[in-house]
Amino acid sequence: MKITFDWLKDHLKTNLKEKNLLDQLTNIGLEVESVESLSADNELFKVAKIIKAEKHPNADRLKVCDVNVGEKESKKVVCGAENARDGLLTIYAPPGAIIPKTKTKLVTAKIRGVTSYGMLCSESELNLSEKSDGITELSTKYEKSIGKSYFSKSKSNLIDLSITPNRPDCLGIRGIARDLAASGFGKLLELKENKIKSKKKQTLKVKINKEKNQGCNAFGSCLITNVKNTESPQWLKDKLISIGQKPISAIVDITNYVMFDINRPLHAYDADKIEKGIIVRNSNSGEEFTALDNKNYKLEKGMCVISDHKGVLGLGGIIGGIRSGTELGTKNILLESAYFDPRSIRNTAKKLNLDTDAKFRFERGIDPLSIETGLNKAALLIKEICGGEISKTDIQKTETYKRQIIKFETNLFEKISGFKISNKELIKILENLGFKIKKDKKNFKLVIPSWRPDILQEIDVVEELVRISGYNNIKIIDPIKQRSKSTLTQSQKLFHFLQRSIASKGYLEAITWSFTDSKYNNYFKGDEKEVRIVNPISSELGVLRNSIFSNLIMYMSKNLDRGFKDISIFEIGPIFKSSNPGDQSTVVCGLSAGKKNRLSWIDNERNVDVFDIKRDVIQTLVETGYNSDKFFIDRKTPNYYHPGKSGRLFLNSGKDQVAAYFGEIHPNILKVIDIKTESLVGFEIFPDNLKIPKKTLNDQKTKFVVSDYQKSERDFAFIVNKDVSSQDLINAISVVDNELISNIRVFDVYEGENIPENQKSIAISVTIQSSEKTLNDNDLEIINKSIIETVENKTGAKIRS
Amino acid sequence: MSDLKKIKDEFLTKLKGKLNLSEINQIKSDLFGKNGLVSSQFKKIGSIAEKERKKFASDLNLVKDELQDLIDSKINEIEKVEINKKLDKEKIDITLPERPFVRGKIHPVSQTIDEISSIFSEIGFSVEEGPDVENEYNNFTALNTPDNHPARDMHDTFYLDEKKQKLLRTHTSPVQIRTMLKDKPPFKIIAPGRTYRSDSDQTHAPMFHQVEGLHIDKNINMGHLKGCLNYFIKEFFEVDKIKMRFRPSHFPFTEPSAEVDIGYEMKDGKIKIGEGDQWLEILGCGMVHPNVLKNVKVDPTKFQGYAFGIGIDRLAMLKYGISDLRAFFDCDYRWLNHFGFDPLDVPTNYRGLSR
Repeated sequence: MKITFDWLKDHLKTNLKEKNLLDQLTNIGLEVESVESLSADNELFKVAKIIKAEKHPNADRLKVCDVNVGEKESKKVVCGAENARDGLLTIYAPPGAIIPKTKTKLVTAKIRGVTSYGMLCSESELNLSEKSDGITELSTKYEKSIGKSYFSKSKSNLIDLSITPNRPDCLGIRGIARDLAASGFGKLLELKENKIKSKKKQTLKVKINKEKNQGCNAFGSCLITNVKNTESPQWLKDKLISIGQKPISAIVDITNYVMFDINRPLHAYDADKIEKGIIVRNSNSGEEFTALDNKNYKLEKGMCVISDHKGVLGLGGIIGGIRSGTELGTKNILLESAYFDPRSIRNTAKKLNLDTDAKFRFERGIDPLSIETGLNKAALLIKEICGGEISKTDIQKTETYKRQIIKFETNLFEKISGFKISNKELIKILENLGFKIKKDKKNFKLVIPSWRPDILQEIDVVEELVRISGYNNIKIIDPIKQRSKSTLTQSQKLFHFLQRSIASKGYLEAITWSFTDSKYNNYFKGDEKEVRIVNPISSELGVLRNSIFSNLIMYMSKNLDRGFKDISIFEIGPIFKSSNPGDQSTVVCGLSAGKKNRLSWIDNERNVDVFDIKRDVIQTLVETGYNSDKFFIDRKTPNYYHPGKSGRLFLNSGKDQVAAYFGEIHPNILKVIDIKTESLVGFEIFPDNLKIPKKTLNDQKTKFVVSDYQKSERDFAFIVNKDVSSQDLINAISVVDNELISNIRVFDVYEGENIPENQKSIAISVTIQSSEKTLNDNDLEIINKSIIETVENKTGAKIRS
Repeated sequence: MSDLKKIKDEFLTKLKGKLNLSEINQIKSDLFGKNGLVSSQFKKIGSIAEKERKKFASDLNLVKDELQDLIDSKINEIEKVEINKKLDKEKIDITLPERPFVRGKIHPVSQTIDEISSIFSEIGFSVEEGPDVENEYNNFTALNTPDNHPARDMHDTFYLDEKKQKLLRTHTSPVQIRTMLKDKPPFKIIAPGRTYRSDSDQTHAPMFHQVEGLHIDKNINMGHLKGCLNYFIKEFFEVDKIKMRFRPSHFPFTEPSAEVDIGYEMKDGKIKIGEGDQWLEILGCGMVHPNVLKNVKVDPTKFQGYAFGIGIDRLAMLKYGISDLRAFFDCDYRWLNHFGFDPLDVPTNYRGLSR
């Protein structure tokens, strides 16, 4: 909502300065978004006439214009607008002027070899309207103003307020003045309401159809005959220009003025173009009309339309139609002042994707008692400026507005706000806001002002009182440092631990979108199904991610393109299985690219490989508190991993839920996304699948037991079939004697010469130690034999002699 | 007697000369070898008259110890010299680079979430979570924002079905609803997480982070709200003084509602929080609307309290001087490295939030 202090003063008597005004507006919840000084800068924008517009010698779409700016010599201006033509009256900005929309300062510049002195402005560049195709076109009346400033010399700054959606009353200057006055900023002026005095009947019949969900429940109107539509007088033009509106014609300007002044939208029809009478009704499916924005709209069933016997004239409370629009030649006017239901307005506007000043106001709720006031004010102004004769007003109603009354317990104020105000103060604030108060002992009965549809219950009254008496009266109550519940749950602690554990292994944490490119998602979605976003921001962000890899690999690729070679990144966050709330899980996902020891003076170069990433996963899980002796790994991994060089990890051989995947990313994927690196390995850890250790850190510290008896290490080399895994051998050995075998370690794997084809040799070192005695040769021999026998029986291995 | 003395004197003299290692070893063997001079004296002990035996043994041991010690120290001396000579030859260029190490980083948003949790933990809040995909009811209707409410226009919502029943949550407020439906009052929670709006330009990202706060109990009023936020802002920015301004605003789910500004100034191109006369909006808050409490079966005549929502990314930007929101999610290795935190820097209350 744009206002000026000058306009406010039509309603408010105050000696305070603009600086105080800005502070006070913000203090009472009418937030000042920006303040623009129009006066000084805008004097530079002058009315000008294009003498001649010729094609630019070096550019097809540009023109070189000779412009009369009221000086002796014309100015040469290069202009890209299609409507730049000989004889056009428009607005010229010289070098040094600051364009209101872009806030850029103009300079003399060479454009494709032709020097341009200044610029011809579009309405949008001047913040006059949204119109940005072509430069401003002024009527011939401006001929005599060439060289003069287009904007009036108003000293009042343009103040842009952000009005919250609950305050339709403040979409009119008077509502803002009322709030200010209630807060002690001046006094609200009583305005004398002049009434239409007429004996003439309103002869155009108006009927509101009685039907279900009719969006209009009151339609007021009057006829004004024999008017002469004209250009608005200077005071009215200045007023509209001062808040950034473009004057059009007196009739349109007057309806706009009344809307901005008292928040009462009106509509003026050319009465001669209305066939027989007005019918307010719900639209039929497929009805069409051309609106004042020159667009054709096809209506759905049930939209509130104003029609005559020929068809739709306009969408009630949203936009009028071309067919019945007023023009400079209009003689007879029907002036409409109606009430439209916010819900109906909103539904229609949303379906047709329409936004207008009237719609914005009606959907928030217009004062239902302002129908007559609006007609009086506008009709009398029209008569004053355009002449003519006004008829009596005619008001058709299907519902009568009932005053809203709520009971208010005054002690609720302190209960909510934490501070006190006197009853006297309380009454003063409410009365100044327009409430009528009936008192009975402790309780108040409040009659809610008709312009405040947002006040529905006691708490809304409390809000008014706190707002107007000032939020700075709220006292600070310091919080008590006391905790009755632990801050994090076990699974939240697990999240944080995993996050920092992975980062501590050289991975940079990334946060990427929860959505991704469907193409990338397809590479990594495995068996999951795609979850589409109906209205994505772009097609590259069209689906919720089924895996974090999709985004991570894309960004990895970008970083590699930046010239980094050996990098590791990870993300911990959600992946999605369907569009149902809660059907998501948390994943820790990492990628590592390039080489270890690149160009090293001390170590050999090698690519990062699956055993690097396996270490990161295992170490993280061990640090988290899981026992790696129990881990079980097989090679059943999703199709985006290298089928031979990837693994699936379970916390134990019970294989209940997958704890992690790790491995090389499938070479086919690397090829299609064209990622440039020597090696790319990745992992996914699934915290939701990790059983949270029931024990606390405290419980985990069990009794300290160690053995000081001598330990012996025995080495074994087994020859096994290639498909037997080292894990199989280790598992076999570990069950031989729980008490005595304290460690098992693979230290060599060999295939080739001296080993039969399809077989391999695995060398294992076993540590044997008793907690009761030093083992003698005989004891060791027994366990040796037992190890060899068990492994041979269970895995088909043969001990290498 | 004279034998012992003779041996002693003779070998002390010998050992005083300049000897190499093999000469010393020769002496050692001459004395203590199987048939060495000292060893043979020990063999004689048995044949000495009982009267003198004790004295003889004692003298012999003294001589043995003295010679032995001297030999040991001589050997030590020589070895030391030789080791030093050897080490001198092993000198390397110690300024050559160490084996490379890798250093991971925690994203500034994650660090900020940990800082926020740490601060609110101190005053008794616990952390709650909710899903990123929400239903229309939890995200809007239950929060007193029915379908035809213009406030819905302020949220550009991503929808997952044509009927607009499933969506990506536009704020963390639905966690309030989930928490209150699940448990009984009192409630004292914060809920950090991802939020989504179909809005994308220099200052808006389609995904961002919020932390929701909710405190419902008997007699919790706006003074408690102001106190809680005042405490939080001071702790978060790690300053003693803070300029804070409560400004009336409107959110459908709180009444009265406020937006909170903090004072700042620009010094040498950097933002300084807590000083100056510029205002910066950092959060929205208010007293939970009775309609919301009714929707989650909490009696608004018995319980009341406040809620707030803070943009985490924005807080991180202010505290750590990050100028571009979009960069948070761009995953540029250089940016992550520059603004990221060492994983060992876990924010705690006792040590302070940051180093």
